Amino acid sequence: MDQIQKPKADYSLAMQGESEMENNSVLEITDVNKNFGGLRALADVNLSIEEGKIHAIIGPNGAGKSTLLNVCIGRLAPDTGSVTFGGKNMVGLQPHEINHAGMVRVFQTPEIFPDLTLLQNVMIPALAKRDGMFCFNAFKDMRDQKDIQDEADHALEDVGLIKFRNNMAATISRGDKRRLELAMGLIQHPKLLLLDEPTAGMARHDTNRTIELLQKIKERGMTKVIIEHDMHVVFSLADHISVLAQGEIIVSGAPDEIRGNPIVKEAYLGGEEL
Amino acid sequence: MKKIIATQSNLSVMLIFIAVVLSAPLWLTPIGANYPDLLQKFAIFGIFAIGFNILFGLTGYLSFGHAVFLGIGSYAAVWSFKLLTMNVVPAIIFGIVLSGLFAAVIGFISLRRSGIYFSILTLAFAQMSYNLAYSVLTPITNGETGLQLRIHDPRVLDAAAAEQSGIPSTTLFGLSMSGYSGFYFCAVVLILAFYVSLKIFRSPFGLKLQAIKSNQTRMKYTGFNTRPYLLTAFIISGMYAGLAGALMAVTDPLAGAERMQWTASGEVVLMTILGGAGTLIGPLLGVGIIKYFENIFSALNEDALHTIFNFLPEFLENFLVLITHPFVGEGWHLTLGALFMIIVIFLPGGVMEGINRVSNFVKGKYFSDDSGPDSKAESRLQPGDAGGE
Repeated sequence: MDQIQKPKADYSLAMQGESEMENNSVLEITDVNKNFGGLRALADVNLSIEEGKIHAIIGPNGAGKSTLLNVCIGRLAPDTGSVTFGGKNMVGLQPHEINHAGMVRVFQTPEIFPDLTLLQNVMIPALAKRDGMFCFNAFKDMRDQKDIQDEADHALEDVGLIKFRNNMAATISRGDKRRLELAMGLIQHPKLLLLDEPTAGMARHDTNRTIELLQKIKERGMTKVIIEHDMHVVFSLADHISVLAQGEIIVSGAPDEIRGNPIVKEAYLGGEEL
Repeated sequence: MKKIIATQSNLSVMLIFIAVVLSAPLWLTPIGANYPDLLQKFAIFGIFAIGFNILFGLTGYLSFGHAVFLGIGSYAAVWSFKLLTMNVVPAIIFGIVLSGLFAAVIGFISLRRSGIYFSILTLAFAQMSYNLAYSVLTPITNGETGLQLRIHDPRVLDAAAAEQSGIPSTTLFGLSMSGYSGFYFCAVVLILAFYVSLKIFRSPFGLKLQAIKSNQTRMKYTGFNTRPYLLTAFIISGMYAGLAGALMAVTDPLAGAERMQWTASGEVVLMTILGGAGTLIGPLLGVGIIKYFENIFSALNEDALHTIFNFLPEFLENFLVLITHPFVGEGWHLTLGALFMIIVIFLPGGVMEGINRVSNFVKGKYFSDDSGPDSKAESRLQPGDAGGE
């Protein structure tokens, strides 16, 4: 890993390319630093996510990918730097405020409501979208919320889980749980969806189904950031790829540039042919 | 049964509930629990447990100091009897409002933590209030003696009746609140309380509370500010406890600090878990079981046992009396403790889980394709299911 030098030229080139598009970027991450004790998890990370695109962040384990997502979503506060989403500063906001700003995260280990049915799991985020951060609607009946139910059924159908709609979420398989969480994110129609390794731990056919699903929703023009290990997934989905290593973005560019880039091969893929 | 209830309309659930509650004096006769004092206790503690279940059953936050609101409700009601009128309506309103205010303060502070720390904070508040009521606040609470009615209390709204001798009794616009009329009043309040709880359970608000119990972190990232939800649930359940406390004062107009003691808080926890936390009917079953044991089982002495086993040959009779004797009378706690352990170990979802299992078994036997795959995920409450995150 020692021989990874930050390729100044490449990097600034990539940045220039991005700055042209700056006016339609949704998320701006500027000079973000994050240290855990002595460990430098993020070092001067600059990233700009364009609207309507799928942006993949790849990198070896411990590169700081999840830290970066946690900073975006408000789980971690950056030591320095700013995260601007839709023109508003996100640093210091509560998770629920960030959600209502339009940034939604799908977690790596499925974060669902295990004690509720699948339908209820998907209805909850739909209610969040409709009711806001707090709403005391204790005298309405859940069974009268037809609009929410239809929406939830639709979302479950999208991810192919409609047949389990009345099962407890704890009883479905891990892959299904991840798809359920995806449905929970999609039902909120976020401006930006952050996906943390959406296919990790999935069997190949499950992975392919998820890719198909993500491609399907790509057409709806939702901006997405995907963190992923699986190159198959990355190259079949991403419009733009940033490579993170040891807390720094070493290269950023279109998939073709990344595929051929020797630094990336060296740093991340260990020379493996893509 | 929860599943059975879940498919019924509000109206049919309520009709069944009303019929069962109002006919309680009839169907409780065979087990000797049909006297008004005990029936009132069933109804009042039923309200207490229903309210507690809105907090513990829906959000999973285990309050260990809920009796403090019971005490506050009682004190407020007795003060209303002393100062204003013997009519129970203002007393109940004061009880609910005052305990709601206290719940807002205690909840606001305690809900900064979840899990065991939340429980400890509520317990600390309850013990603090209990000790204050005993000592510093004696002018308000009358300390050890407890707050009682006196002949010369002002009762400004009852001026006309003030001439009568003796302490007047509590009334509902002239209807005396003792004996069966007291029970029926409590029963009507219980029915209303149950209806509100049913509405909350089936509302979007209730679903959100259940989601907080299931995964609070997820709830925050889904865009909900969970703290106000928890605080609202805490206040509602505090108001239920206040209502129950006020009703205690209605049926017996005195209030003592021991009503706030931690054993009283623990009792409602036991009732709710025994019956089935998070279910609509469970807490009421828990109340029924515990209050029945406390009042009926504890009254069985050796002579009564001899009468029960009288039909057997004498040596068998003596033998059975010898065996059962430690479990009844003074020893009723032993039976209750054993029962509680058996239920928590084998039926973590309480009595309601047992009923569900039986009904699923019956369904599975007679309508084999009717019990869908969702019936097996019924046992929701695990023993360690106390806290939030």
